Amino acid sequence: MDIHEYQAKEILARFGVPVPRGGLAYSPEQAGYRARELGGKAWVVKAQIHSGGRGAAGGVKLCKTPEEVQAFAGTLFGKQLVTKQTDANGKGVYRVWVEGASDIAQELYLGFVLDRKSERIMIVASAHGGMEIEDLADKDPDSLRRMIIDPATGLSEFQARELAFQLGLRGGQVAQMVTTLRACYRAYRDLDAVMVEINPLVVTHSGDLVALDAKMSFDTNALFRQPQVAELRDRSQEDPRESTAGDHGLSYVGLEGDIGCIINGAGLAMATMDMIKLAGGEPANFLDIGGGASPERVVRAFRTVLADGNVSVILVNIFAGINRCDWVAQGVVQAYKEVGLTIPVVVRLAGTNVEEGKAIIDGSGLPLISADSLAEAAAAAVAARPRKAA
Amino acid sequence: MAILITENTRVIVQGMSGRIGSFHAADMIKHGTNVVGGVTPGKGGESILDRPLFNTVREAVEQVGAEASLIFVPPPFAADAIMEAADAGIRTAVCVTDGIPSQDMMRVKRFLRRYPAERKMRVIGPNCAGIISPGKGFMGIMPPHIYMPGRIGIVGRSGTLGYEAAAQMKALGIGVSTSVGIGGDPINGSSFRDILELFEADSETDAVMMIGEIGGPQEAEAAAYARDYMKKPVVAYIAGLSAPKGRKMGHAGAIVSAFGESAQEKVDILTAAGITVAPNPSSMGETMAMVLAQRKAA
Repeated sequence: MDIHEYQAKEILARFGVPVPRGGLAYSPEQAGYRARELGGKAWVVKAQIHSGGRGAAGGVKLCKTPEEVQAFAGTLFGKQLVTKQTDANGKGVYRVWVEGASDIAQELYLGFVLDRKSERIMIVASAHGGMEIEDLADKDPDSLRRMIIDPATGLSEFQARELAFQLGLRGGQVAQMVTTLRACYRAYRDLDAVMVEINPLVVTHSGDLVALDAKMSFDTNALFRQPQVAELRDRSQEDPRESTAGDHGLSYVGLEGDIGCIINGAGLAMATMDMIKLAGGEPANFLDIGGGASPERVVRAFRTVLADGNVSVILVNIFAGINRCDWVAQGVVQAYKEVGLTIPVVVRLAGTNVEEGKAIIDGSGLPLISADSLAEAAAAAVAARPRKAA
Repeated sequence: MAILITENTRVIVQGMSGRIGSFHAADMIKHGTNVVGGVTPGKGGESILDRPLFNTVREAVEQVGAEASLIFVPPPFAADAIMEAADAGIRTAVCVTDGIPSQDMMRVKRFLRRYPAERKMRVIGPNCAGIISPGKGFMGIMPPHIYMPGRIGIVGRSGTLGYEAAAQMKALGIGVSTSVGIGGDPINGSSFRDILELFEADSETDAVMMIGEIGGPQEAEAAAYARDYMKKPVVAYIAGLSAPKGRKMGHAGAIVSAFGESAQEKVDILTAAGITVAPNPSSMGETMAMVLAQRKAA
């Protein structure tokens, strides 16, 4: 689960990371007011969306007067900001962060991630920050420093000091870096984060460290014990189809194609999508209905898939272990009637209670297309698509 | 001998008195698994499915000689249940639970390191379908009738895709020695490589079907192991060729976040290591049949 930059800064500041003074605005007027309240001669106005690449997309600007702050904020509110990390629809701007401009002598990169190889938290740092980590890894891989943290001891001071020296920091900056690193680690550990990123972490001309930007992402499996974090969820930044599906226990990811997929198990879902592609089609979505799916959950899955107007055929592929084919079949029949389906539906059932399930499908009198194997199902779905006018 | 579970393995179920735990325990018993008891804190002394319930895993080890534990404990308590099993002297724990926080698994992996190799517990999962040695026994949630007893090992992250492979092989008359679901989480108890090592050493396994997916370094690690240390052939399939970069595909671990983690990159790495990769998920069985025929001819 992602949060906004300003929320990440508030959290990290609480753990001891130095951040610039700033204020949140929900309107252009409030943004201008924030600038006056903060004082100073220049302000940075930053659109708050759950995506990187905001600067290049026109979501960040350095302003010289409170009037300019207000005017620029006025162009942001309500806008769908498209960055290279978002899809073509972009993300809506409903909050704007105004902060005092910092003078910048040097930009560093600092990231904390879960390293799947060591199965521990890893720090990735570079003396050359400011660009995205992917670009950094691509253009300047030698500048990257990595350090793995033992969960039993946490991040030791000597480790943090070593990293600070490796990044070329000197004098009082070293102690500030040690404080910053240990604060980030504690925030990561205590709040069940999966990612903390400060990019850039700047050194000012007076030699102080400041986190100019901050990103945090959290482990959704741990939200049950992090109620303060769970409260920071912002649904305006999510794909409404994905979040609604999630509320009903379905794992859904919207894609570009026209073959709607309803499948049990993430691996089988990916494999079915691969098979559709090999058969010459394009999947409209990833959807895992999970284990123990009731007929009602199947109906819900149909509604979720059909909310995408591009869908012209639906492929149901269930290999039941913990699931039951007869329940799924009942759900398909029920969905057909309740939703008033007009597009073709291909159903492939295997595993627990498969005979009962097939009997329900075949005896339903509905124009459902039965398939026995994965390959057959994918081919049938591709063939069942209405031909597009040339 | 198969690996991890045979008809003699003394199995307990942690969370056996729950609805899901008792349902699957009953199915395991019905299919010949040697279930010797269950653990539910506070219900010690009671019984379920004609088996005794214990308050702690340690009691189950001491009183009924439990060696393996299937863990059906809700996510907030699952990591603790795994560590309890390790401390009590269980040899193999299979954790089906989906949704364990990743830092809990980090703690579990660190905890397991405190035991010397000869008494270190092996963890399978979490977020997995379990393990089955067809005709002998199983620990998990899979439908046992889709597996034919035989001499091919299966190891995969996804439960249902593993079923798909077993069913395709059965249709071609190819049976399974043991099938292992290692689970879809970013941090898991046993890697592909760990399971390949067991299959390589198993006298009842002739070849291995490995079913990977996008995300993480474990398929590449397994490829290097197969290339350098295995005599038995490995057939692989990698799911997610059509998955867009940066989007998480259901499994917490199924996200391409580093070089070498996309499906195509993994296929290339496996192929370079001499592993035969099935071109699509519908040809896992055929590809295995082809590799076995080549072996026989050679």
